[in-house]
Amino acid sequence: MSSLVIQDLHVAIGEKEIVKGLSLTVNSGEVHAIMGPNGTGKSTLAKVIAGHPDYTITQGDVLMGGESILNKEADERARAGLFLAFQYPSEIPGVSIANFLRAAVQARLAEGEELDATAYYKRLYSKMDLLKIDRKFTARSVNEGFSGGEKKRCEILQMALLEPRFSLMDETDSGLDIDALRIVAEGVNTLRGPNLGILMITHYQRLLDYIIPDFVHVMYDGRIVKSGDKSLALELEAKGYDWVKKEFAAA
Amino acid sequence: MANIETLVSEPELATENPVSGIDQSRGDFSYDVKYAFDAGTGLNAATVDYISSVKKEAPWIREFRHKALKIFESKPMPTHWATKDLENIDFSKIRYYLSQGQKPKRTWDEVPDDIKKTFERLGIPEQERKFLAGVEAQFDSEAAYSNIKDIVAKQGVIFVNSTEGLREHPEIFRKFFGKVIPTGDNKFSALNSAVFSGGSFIYVPKGVKVAQPLQAYFRINAENFGQFERTLIIADEGAEVTYMEGCTAPKFSTSTLHSAVVELVALKGAKIQYITVQNWANNVFNLVTKRGVAHEEAEIKWIDCNIGSRLTMKYPGVVLKGRKARGEVISIALANDGQHQDTGAKMIHAADETTSNIVAKSISVGQGRSTYRGVVHIPKHLKGCKNNTECDALLINSNSRTDTYPAISVRGDRNYVQHEASVSRVNEEMIFYMQQRGLTEGQAMSLAVNGFINDLARQFPMEYSVELKRLIDLEMEGSVG
Repeated sequence: MSSLVIQDLHVAIGEKEIVKGLSLTVNSGEVHAIMGPNGTGKSTLAKVIAGHPDYTITQGDVLMGGESILNKEADERARAGLFLAFQYPSEIPGVSIANFLRAAVQARLAEGEELDATAYYKRLYSKMDLLKIDRKFTARSVNEGFSGGEKKRCEILQMALLEPRFSLMDETDSGLDIDALRIVAEGVNTLRGPNLGILMITHYQRLLDYIIPDFVHVMYDGRIVKSGDKSLALELEAKGYDWVKKEFAAA
Repeated sequence: MANIETLVSEPELATENPVSGIDQSRGDFSYDVKYAFDAGTGLNAATVDYISSVKKEAPWIREFRHKALKIFESKPMPTHWATKDLENIDFSKIRYYLSQGQKPKRTWDEVPDDIKKTFERLGIPEQERKFLAGVEAQFDSEAAYSNIKDIVAKQGVIFVNSTEGLREHPEIFRKFFGKVIPTGDNKFSALNSAVFSGGSFIYVPKGVKVAQPLQAYFRINAENFGQFERTLIIADEGAEVTYMEGCTAPKFSTSTLHSAVVELVALKGAKIQYITVQNWANNVFNLVTKRGVAHEEAEIKWIDCNIGSRLTMKYPGVVLKGRKARGEVISIALANDGQHQDTGAKMIHAADETTSNIVAKSISVGQGRSTYRGVVHIPKHLKGCKNNTECDALLINSNSRTDTYPAISVRGDRNYVQHEASVSRVNEEMIFYMQQRGLTEGQAMSLAVNGFINDLARQFPMEYSVELKRLIDLEMEGSVG
């Protein structure tokens, strides 16, 4: 078993501190959900773990499999088994999904080692079948002109193919209608298993109706202020975030 | 170049153009070759005489050269619209003619060792075996090797260098030589006309369709050198030919000049496709004039891919002279640090129902600068003419600069023109997204650039699109960090 460990993490953009001492451990096989009101640092947390260059870590550490990843570039973290499903995935005009993923798989091979194209396509198509994605999909340019649902399915397909050890899912439900949400959630549930740890970030409880988390954490003002099981999510749904704000507003 | 002189003005200081280290390793080597023929340094009437004498030229060619030299000397640098960097060319320090002899070898075995090694390192003999109908390999001023496959020669196709072409086949070439691009077209076409050497003269007889491409490779080996090849391709009625050129030079500390003139003539119903993949070292001033004349129902297509050089100025054009003639320019330019790609296209409609298409994509990296200049001219008396122009620029990092100067003069209401331009950026979020999937920053940029030109690269023959992708990968690796 492996773990993604976040230890007393403090993160700033410029002078402004956004994450203010957050600790959390995600073990492989577990699904954690972080919920919280807007502007509380949830998306920052996901990006900073993935190695986005805009943020400064002022204190704390992030370990994957017992090893700190903070001095690693974003691509090294990715190749070590960290995946971020983006809230707003970038478009890459002119690059097909198949070629993009092929480059990503090639990047994981040792220097000088050539990708076995036949095996690659076989694996890609098996993942697409698993996620019930039409094969024509991979001929399209990455995210270009995609609907919200297609973008998120594209993220799940990439996650399926790259088989990360830990996946951060940033607002995967945003911009989806209920049918798209169901399809995407089904994809994530298909990929759940003992070798994958998932950290889901969401504003709304509704995603958690489809992907049942093992743990729920409430984030407010850059910290985790409450943790529990899925009943905590339902409590939040009933009471709203004002309850959290009142209880934990910085004194 | 002259046609657009009045349309643009670009005040700018004459500053040093810093050249930084970009990986051009494959072409960056040179051999210490002993030249049997050397016109010395600097340019005057004696230089012209020397070149004409070693080539044993007919008097009319010598006369043509001298006249051109006078025109070159009388024309000012076009810096009222083009970059002031042109003023950094010192014509008195350039060597205008260097060769080991005037007669190219017909087999690689006969080519002198150093020259043979050069082309082997560049992969030319291998390409020839694989997919070419004929090859000419120019080393500095003259072709060291020139050969055409028997099967193609038997169809009556002529593929020789300019010296041979003018000497052996004047009845074919003299008629068109200097007619598509007159000597006085611009300062550099005049310079080329005075000192031209090498280049390809091709004639494809009526109805002959050359199945495999003919290729020329232009290699600069010597320092302080100027290469002035002259190419003339004539496709007779209904003939079809694809010509490709590649170019490299080693990276010297001093600047090198490359100034070619390329003339194409597509007679009734003929098709010429001219493909350039240049990868000049970034000390080369590359100032080239390229133009074709398309007669009735003929088609001329320029695929022009400009990587490297310090300054490239090149605007391939098509004069659409006959009814239903078609012209096309597909252009890709990559300007890295210390480079300025000033490229574009010209479409001169001169008959009814002529159509032209221009797709220009530029990529600017770091301090690299891209400029697009286009001319589309459709006079009032014509009808049923169409032009489509698309210019897309991709900027990689905030220092990059891109300018577009389209000049579309369309008169009358019986013609149709469409123009689209876009500027996009490879932004940090896109790179981060790709890095998050495991690609290094260099791989991510390279993929973004290849995606940007993907629709154009697909029009290249496979071997060349692979080469293009490889060159872009090298450029992008060198631009990170």
